[in-house]
Amino acid sequence: MSTVVLLTLTGLGLGALYFLVAAGLSLIFGLADVLNFAHGVFLSVGAYATWWAAGHVPGAGPDGVGFLVAVAVGMLAGTVVAVVVELLLIRPLYARPIEQVLVTVGLALAGVALLQAYWGADALVFPKPSWTQETTRLLGASVPNDRFVLIGAAVLVLVALLVFLRRTRFGLIVRAGVEDRAMVTALGINVRTAFTLVFAIGGAAAALAGALAGVYYGNVSPGQGTSMLIFAFIVVVIGGMGSVVGSALAAVVVGLVQQFANYYTMAGVGEASVVLLLAVVLLLRPGGLAGRAA
Amino acid sequence: MTAGGLLEVADLHVRIGGSHILQGVDLTVAAGGVTALLGRNGAGKTTTIKAILGLVPRTGSVRFDGAELAHLPTHLIVRRGLGYAPEDRGVFTALTVAENLRLAERRGARQRYDLVFELFPELRKRSAQPAGTLSGGQQQMLALGRALLNDNRMLLVDEPTKGLAPRIVTEVAGVLERVASAVPILLVEQNLGLVRRIAGQVVVIDQGRVVHTSPAASLLADTERVRELLGVATRRPEPSAELK
Repeated sequence: MSTVVLLTLTGLGLGALYFLVAAGLSLIFGLADVLNFAHGVFLSVGAYATWWAAGHVPGAGPDGVGFLVAVAVGMLAGTVVAVVVELLLIRPLYARPIEQVLVTVGLALAGVALLQAYWGADALVFPKPSWTQETTRLLGASVPNDRFVLIGAAVLVLVALLVFLRRTRFGLIVRAGVEDRAMVTALGINVRTAFTLVFAIGGAAAALAGALAGVYYGNVSPGQGTSMLIFAFIVVVIGGMGSVVGSALAAVVVGLVQQFANYYTMAGVGEASVVLLLAVVLLLRPGGLAGRAA
Repeated sequence: MTAGGLLEVADLHVRIGGSHILQGVDLTVAAGGVTALLGRNGAGKTTTIKAILGLVPRTGSVRFDGAELAHLPTHLIVRRGLGYAPEDRGVFTALTVAENLRLAERRGARQRYDLVFELFPELRKRSAQPAGTLSGGQQQMLALGRALLNDNRMLLVDEPTKGLAPRIVTEVAGVLERVASAVPILLVEQNLGLVRRIAGQVVVIDQGRVVHTSPAASLLADTERVRELLGVATRRPEPSAELK
């Protein structure tokens, strides 16, 4: 029983990370039709900026409020990078999907290379808050506290995104734009502003995932964003392009399948099972579990 | 306002995927009443409307109240006071009726919910209903309601009666007739009964070019010419059959 509890919470924690990356990816693709292979860079920027801020920014640190300040700096860095990427690189290419893919793939490779050139290829020890290194007894299992942090953060982001999508005018524009972007412009709405906004939201969420991945894995490395992006893409496809709720459901399923399959079979089977799950969903429900923005 | 018309389109070309769809369309829409844009299927009527709004890449001139619009993006063209009800209705099926209308609210423009709900009381009753669950007629009402919500200076309405039951067609015709008394309409329509009832002017497009412009009554009175231009027969309608 305790093993099941631990695997479940670890799977949910991993799913939480996938969701934080996938939510922005899904909204960006749903609204702007951009397959953003550079999304992992936003995660890495967030992770490295949080790591750097914990040691350099006044008020920031590895524990307590200081850690929250460091994470805020990381999220700010991820948001700024995402907005700059949208404005400078993606915006001129909205009508040219092939060039868009080339640019985002190139940026993903360049991002990893730049991080590696500046901070080295080796993983850096992440400043984990001491509380997250302890465990809590739950139904007989000793659950590392970082799992609760990951799950809590993802739930907060999910609620915030749903409030944004359902209660604000920009959210309304995003939901409508996912369905028919041209018609939104035909109502006199500048949908490009919404594109920038979803990039900013996606960048912030991915950067938060970067900081939390640092807590979960205990280190940051240049390739972390890219490797997590693969699973985030799978989550987006399973959940349905443009659907935040779909991404949340898919992230939970993917995280749990990965954890349980890895534990009860052998290492690596979890990842293969996720790909198999993707194939099954594509065969049975090609549009994914949901397929709209909310 | 210009002497020629409120909307003046000159030498409008659209090329999509190697096809030259509009080949120099010239047309003028008067500052009052309904101008009907007619033509066979595939003649370029819908593309003309989309090109005016900048929804497809085009070259040529589109002047609205004397100001050139061709260099503007769609949202800025629309904000000049052009309301649009597309052929496929363009309602957002995942959004409720109220959300569809709220999305159409234009900053700085007067919202006329009272007019919309007076013309289409059904929309008020169904405001919390997802637009995807509305019938075709109700979706058309929502599309028209959205176009009427702001104080627009011209409406571009594309085949509003397509696929609707005769009773709804009559209802839509009544609404358009009433609206046209206040705001000019460029109407794409296949239903010649409706054109006869509400249009003052007709422009016929064939293979991407304007081939005929005249008062609606004079074209529709000429059966041979109608057959030649539109490939359909027309006759003086009996009142009850007019909109069928």
